[in-house]
Amino acid sequence: MSAFTFWLAVAGAGAITFALRLSFIALMGRIKIPVLLSRALRFVPAAVFTAVVIPLLFYVDGAVEVSFGNERLLAGVAAVLIAWRTRSVPLTLVGGMVVLWMLQLMGIGS
Amino acid sequence: MPVLLALLPFGLAFGATATGNGLTAVQALGMSVFVFAGAAQLAAVPLLSAGASVAIVLLTVLVINLRLTLYSASLAAHFGRLPAGWKGLLAYLLTDQAYAATITPFDEGETDESDKRWYYLGVALAIWVTWQAATMLGIVLGAWASEGWSLDFVLPLIFIAAAVPAIKDRTTGAASLSAGIAALFCGALPLNLGLITAALVGVLGGLVAETVLGRSWR
Repeated sequence: MSAFTFWLAVAGAGAITFALRLSFIALMGRIKIPVLLSRALRFVPAAVFTAVVIPLLFYVDGAVEVSFGNERLLAGVAAVLIAWRTRSVPLTLVGGMVVLWMLQLMGIGS
Repeated sequence: MPVLLALLPFGLAFGATATGNGLTAVQALGMSVFVFAGAAQLAAVPLLSAGASVAIVLLTVLVINLRLTLYSASLAAHFGRLPAGWKGLLAYLLTDQAYAATITPFDEGETDESDKRWYYLGVALAIWVTWQAATMLGIVLGAWASEGWSLDFVLPLIFIAAAVPAIKDRTTGAASLSAGIAALFCGALPLNLGLITAALVGVLGGLVAETVLGRSWR
C-alpha cells in the first residue's frame, strides 16, 4: 500500500467519522425533531451502554460462555452490584479489577 | 479520571498493532488525530496493511462508527443551539467515553445550560490528549505494552458504571434488558454491527414498554 493510498483512506475515514459525529448536533435547531425520535432518545444511554457491555462479558473467543470459568462475567456481575449499591465510578472500577485479579490468581478460569 | 485510565490499554494496543502491521509512527499518530475512534482504527489497520481497497476501509469505518450518530442525536438536545464552530469542535471530540461521562449529568439537569459546553470540552479534551499519548506509548513500547494485568477490562467496567445509573425506571430497564438479550445473540456479527443492532433493539424495547405500561409507570 502506497503512502498516498494510506493518507487517502485516513482522510476519508476521518471525514466520514466527523460527519457521523456532527450529524444530529448540526441538524438540531434547523429542523423540528419528530416526537417519536425525541421519545426514543431517552432510551439511548441505557440501550447503548448495555449493548457495549454484554458482549465484552459473555463472549470468550467469539462464543457465548456462561460458566464459572468465565472470570470476566463473574467480575462484571460483581461490578454491576457495586455500581448499583454505591453509584460510584471509582469504586466500580477498582472493585471490578480486584475481583478479576482475585479470580485469575485463584485460577478459576483455567 | 477513571475514564482516562480505561483508554490507556486501548491506545497502547492501537499503537502496538499499527507499528506491528508496518505503519510508521507518523501514520499511526495521524490516524489517531484524524479518525480519533479506537475501534474503527483497530479494525482499519489490518485492512490497510493487507492492501484492502480504500472503499472497503471506508465502509468498515462507517459501519463501526454508526453508533456515533446515536450519541450525536442524544447530545443534540444539549448542544443544538450552540454556534457552528462549537458544534464542530464538540462533534470532533465525541467518543464513547465522552458521551458516557457527560450524558447522565446533562439529562438529569445537574449541569447549567451555559456550563455544558465547558464541562463536555474539559472531559473530551482530556480524552483526546490521553488517546494521543497512549498511541505514542504503544508505538514506542510495541506489543509488550498491551499484555498482562488485564487492563482492557477497565473498558467494560466504565460502561457498567455508566449503564447502572442510566436505568432509572421500568422503561429504561426494559431498554437495557432488550439491548442485553439482543447483544447476546448479535455478538458474533462482524464489524461491530452487533452493537448498533442491539442498541436499536434496546431503544425499541424502551418505546414498546413505555407504550404498554403507559406514562404513569415512569
